[in-house]
Amino acid sequence: MKHSKHLVIKNLCFSRNERLLFDNLCFEFERGKITAILGPSGIGKTTLLKLIGGQLPVDSGEIIFNGNAIHNCSDKELYDARKKMGMLFQSGALFNELSVFENVAFPLREHCKLDESLLSILVLMKLEAVGLRGAKDLKPIELSGGMARRVALARAIALDPEMILYDEPFTGQDPISMNVLLNLVKQLNQTLGLTSIIVSHDVNEVLSIADNVYVLAEQKIIAEGPAHSILQQTDNSLLQQFLLGRNEGPVPFHFQCDDFF
Amino acid sequence: MISANVRFVGRFSLEFAQTVGRCCLMFWRTVWGKPHDKLFPLFIEQIFQLGILSLPIILTSGLFIGMVLSLQGYYVLVDYAAEESLGSMVALSLLRELGPVVGALLFAGRAGSALTAEIGLMQSTEQLASMEMMAVSPLKRVIAPRFFAGIVTLPMLTLFFNVIAIWGGYLIGVSWKGVDGGAYWSVMQGSVEYMPDVFNGVIKSVVFAVLITWVALYNGYYVVPNAQGISKSTTQTVVVSSLLVLGMDFILTVFMFGT
Repeated sequence: MKHSKHLVIKNLCFSRNERLLFDNLCFEFERGKITAILGPSGIGKTTLLKLIGGQLPVDSGEIIFNGNAIHNCSDKELYDARKKMGMLFQSGALFNELSVFENVAFPLREHCKLDESLLSILVLMKLEAVGLRGAKDLKPIELSGGMARRVALARAIALDPEMILYDEPFTGQDPISMNVLLNLVKQLNQTLGLTSIIVSHDVNEVLSIADNVYVLAEQKIIAEGPAHSILQQTDNSLLQQFLLGRNEGPVPFHFQCDDFF
Repeated sequence: MISANVRFVGRFSLEFAQTVGRCCLMFWRTVWGKPHDKLFPLFIEQIFQLGILSLPIILTSGLFIGMVLSLQGYYVLVDYAAEESLGSMVALSLLRELGPVVGALLFAGRAGSALTAEIGLMQSTEQLASMEMMAVSPLKRVIAPRFFAGIVTLPMLTLFFNVIAIWGGYLIGVSWKGVDGGAYWSVMQGSVEYMPDVFNGVIKSVVFAVLITWVALYNGYYVVPNAQGISKSTTQTVVVSSLLVLGMDFILTVFMFGT
């Protein structure tokens, strides 16, 4: 049975090196929608994706994916859940010794016993979707940052996942690559019906494609709702400072320290 | 002062216990359970990476060590007119001690450091994390084939080392210094026994292989993900595994040849 809430996070608490990152957070990610998680650098957005993927254990709280708890499941159940998730890492995380083709083929070779010709067609289709079929024989070191991220995206969708997690997909991209990636994320969401979770601090770009938004600051969710309504929450000073990029406001620019004099 | 020392000992003990626990847990999760479907081809590939690519350094070192051993042995034995025992001295020294120990130290420097750097780089560039997110266990897919290949490779390299070193000893003793060739081989044949000498040497190199390979893989897997971290882990692999090899060699020698 398919739940309309594809992923639900309840009362999530997590701390690292005695520093509290999340204090009792709750999220609901709707099936087939793009949900953006925005917040300043160092707030723990990537950590949140690792918690969703079961790569880090939660301190307390629940993470329910497709109706199944993945915060305390067995390794086998976790791996079964991961087959339905794709993740685009900030660095791309491509395998250096493999070609672009083999990188995209990797999850298919691991999980599907496919005939080589069929596998080749599938891989080339995924590469075509990200516009890099012509780069299939290149090594990751020969790719630009934007191309590497598109290859990583092709690999993330190789197993046709139900949900895809994007970790800062637009960071360090030139305007053309940024636009291509934005369109790709939107297209993949619409054509494949993927549930997409985008972690980013590129506010305008993400808001242009997201359906729902959560904004994190100071270990809490400071704003949530449909993307178009977020900008209208003018009474929220934390949110306004982040969205408008002001250096003065409740979110400190300087890391906590003693007075200089 | 005393409390600072107590604190230091306490912290060191806790860190040591934590490292040992993590090491054992990683070992358990690597070798226990269903192996990866492609374990055998991955294992063969690692035999090439760890074994074949280590052959040049092993063979070259073996040749020179055999030659030096034979030359030094000849200078001592010739004073007692016992130079015909050269073959026995060379073979026993190599099979019991020098072969397994020097082979292991070379393996730690060549293959151990390469393993740590490779796994460490994969860890710091999130390649292992991405593998996990593709529902592929890095412990089964990456660590296990390298571990098993290390265990198989080092004893084989040690045997090659011994063979080439004995031949190096022959070159110096017989071809250069004029020791009788028949005596070189026959005295060797008479003094070397299969179980206590050859087999114990192989057992030693298997134990060293487990130590070196596991230290290398552990240090790579739990690397601090930056350039300095990889450098530190690689150095640590060579230092720790070399010291473990020397310490374990003493313990094994006591048990194998002590009575």
